[in-house]
Amino acid sequence: MDIFDTFLNAEVMRRTFPMLLQGLWITLQLGAASIVAGLVLGLGLSMLRLYGPAPVRFLTRVYIDIFRSIPLLVLLIIVYYALPFVGLRLSPFVSAMTALTLVSGAYTAEIFRAGIEAIPKGQFEASAALGLSGRQTMADVILPQAVKIVIPPLTNNSINVVKDTALASVVAMPDLLKQATQAQALAANPTPLIVAAAIYVAFLWPLVALVSRMERRFAARRR
Amino acid sequence: MSGFVSIRNLRKSYGQFEALKGIDLDVAKGEVVCIIGPSGSGKSTLIRCINRLESFSQGSEIRVDGIPVITGRALAKVRAEVGMVFQSFNLFPHLTVRENVMLAPRRVRGTSRAEAAAQADRLLARVGIASQADKYPEHLSGGQQQRVAIARALAMEPQVMLFDEPTSALDPEMVGEVLDVMRDLARTGVTMIVVTHEMGFASQVADRVIFMDGGQIVEQGPPSQVLSNPQETRTRNFLGAVLNH
Ligand SMILES: Nc1ncnc2c1ncn2[C@@H]1O[C@H](COP(=O)(O)OP(=O)(O)OP(=O)(O)O)[C@@H](O)[C@H]1O
Ligand SMILES: [Mg+2]
Repeated sequence: MDIFDTFLNAEVMRRTFPMLLQGLWITLQLGAASIVAGLVLGLGLSMLRLYGPAPVRFLTRVYIDIFRSIPLLVLLIIVYYALPFVGLRLSPFVSAMTALTLVSGAYTAEIFRAGIEAIPKGQFEASAALGLSGRQTMADVILPQAVKIVIPPLTNNSINVVKDTALASVVAMPDLLKQATQAQALAANPTPLIVAAAIYVAFLWPLVALVSRMERRFAARRR
Repeated sequence: MSGFVSIRNLRKSYGQFEALKGIDLDVAKGEVVCIIGPSGSGKSTLIRCINRLESFSQGSEIRVDGIPVITGRALAKVRAEVGMVFQSFNLFPHLTVRENVMLAPRRVRGTSRAEAAAQADRLLARVGIASQADKYPEHLSGGQQQRVAIARALAMEPQVMLFDEPTSALDPEMVGEVLDVMRDLARTGVTMIVVTHEMGFASQVADRVIFMDGGQIVEQGPPSQVLSNPQETRTRNFLGAVLNH
């Protein structure tokens, strides 16, 4: 029995590849939508966390801490299986996107906060002295500088979001992993699983390498 | 009679510590006032209260051109009339020199891009750095950066300019170029309040010198009096220490 025929069977690969591509497409859609929604949510949360009135700041911190503690799989199952009991029935895609966004937003909020806090106080003071409003100061002075600082950790977070999309297969989302397990069952051969793993790596490895490079460059510039 | 900038019973505390212990000060339109005093005497705190970068205690009152310096809508008006130059320049590093000068007129006054650019180039020429307009601040010397900061503040056409030790972070050979710009500015009739350790500048340019110590104004008057013939012991000690340095 040949190990290649078992794990990298060319015939199985050929037959199941279209299924995997469909799954990949859904994985990418889910990943992209959750990343973008998480960025918007995170930016909003970071503003409340930094500049809201005291009770709002407190509640935002509670939100951020809870959603960084809860296992994503648990959250996903609650959204998909528990919410219908209160009449809220979400599709697998929307359930997965909701869970991913809620968690990604919490991490993103902390990343933005750290980025904003890294900007020297003098930048805020110069803006205030010129008469810029708080919103203008953020949009024109602080965020453009903070972006450079937050891009590596945001990319890291995006990688995690894409990886975590695989959890959506437990709520019957036909994503890459789900398609791979189905293809494996159909073909009675594990090759599709190996191919799916290779596809994940092929997409995420370049991003991982990019983050490392940005972090090295950033560290060098700081010196 | 109250001045263009009028300060009444200004108190400011950091926790238990009282940094300003009841300052009364009137500055007339077009007047140039230099504030001197030892480290920790409250000079920075005083001028930072004027555009409310620092909040101050209740019962204190500051007015600029009659407008009370309180949080809310009025504060935006005051800040548009009051320009500030910091010891550490605080230029916006992600914007070019020209964009630094253009930002506030564009955003606060809604000036058109072309008009703001033309104004920026005029101001940069006035402070002697027209040729650097397209560079980023990090590529300029300290003296050039501080002159950009002055141009940036002037772009809002302020009635009052506040300077907090504008030359203290500069290498000695660059101090002169910044003081020259400030001297020109004083001639144009802008009201100036300058915290400085440059006694030469104070004696030549100031209409009035104020000596502060321990959160209070100890002595004030024309430079010929305060710098050359101080009445208070604390002033004499301070000047002695500075001049023999
Ligand atoms: N944020 C702050 N928290 C606590 N104390 C402060 C703060 N800022 C200033 N102080 C204190 O207030 C006093 C006045 O400070 P200020 O910066 O106005 O002095 P200064 O006259 O400008 O001194 P320097 O010549 O060193 O700039 C000092 O004793 C300082 O320690
Ligand atoms: Mg000071």
